Amino acid sequence: MVAALFFGFAALLVVTSLMVVLHKNPVTSALFLVLAFCSLAGIYLMLRAEFLGMVQIVVYAGAIMVLFLFVIMYLNLQHDVETGLQIAVRRGLGWFVGALLLLAGGALLKRGWALGPANDELPGAEQGNVASVGRVLYSRYLFPFEITSILLLVAMVGVIVIARGRTRHTAREGGAA
Amino acid sequence: MIPLSWLIALSAVVFVIGVVGVLVRRNALVIFMSIELMLNAANLAFVAFASHMKSLDGQVFVFFVMTVAAAEVAIGLAIIVHLFRLRETVFVDEIHLLKG
Repeated sequence: MVAALFFGFAALLVVTSLMVVLHKNPVTSALFLVLAFCSLAGIYLMLRAEFLGMVQIVVYAGAIMVLFLFVIMYLNLQHDVETGLQIAVRRGLGWFVGALLLLAGGALLKRGWALGPANDELPGAEQGNVASVGRVLYSRYLFPFEITSILLLVAMVGVIVIARGRTRHTAREGGAA
Repeated sequence: MIPLSWLIALSAVVFVIGVVGVLVRRNALVIFMSIELMLNAANLAFVAFASHMKSLDGQVFVFFVMTVAAAEVAIGLAIIVHLFRLRETVFVDEIHLLKG
């Protein structure tokens, strides 16, 4: 049962991420990416990472993909025109490098790595792990957590500065002229 | 209980799909989505090892990766929008301002 569920989610994840890469229309790609994130959230739930599964749906499939779709529709893109010898060569090269990377990964996976000792049992695993993740986040990882808030603030300021762009500059020039 | 090797193999496959997307596509937005796929493959590896080791540290790291990804998406999309205003294109091979 668990294996069947895992294979279902894994197949959905692989197929949807392939469609993200292969589909010509960026909007369709973005919608397939939402589906990929949802199937990844399902795998997180099966691994008993309930908090991350929910955050995956709320943050990734919700916030980030809405941002993506908003930008795609704002830019009003047509279908990608991908013809010509140069693009065909680069596409072949890309698939070749991908296959090489996958082979390297398979070779590494075959080697049989020894894992370190595991803990006995996750604390509070039976009633969901939100409380235990929160406890770890606010004790051992308190400093990185606070740094995260600075990171988000910097990102916000950066986005506002970039998005204002040259409008202020040109306005000043226009005023001078 | 799902075997660890299956999860790592799935993570590797998704990562490679992301790499191929970055190499093959010309649309900057699709390249950006492929980068998101790679980040999510790394997250899956984190969660798989955390679940296998019965430790919460990996899950906390995934939380941080998600925060960085959100910041990165916001800034990257702002750059793409700005680039589109400037050059009227999002195809990465038509953007060669630094080439001289």
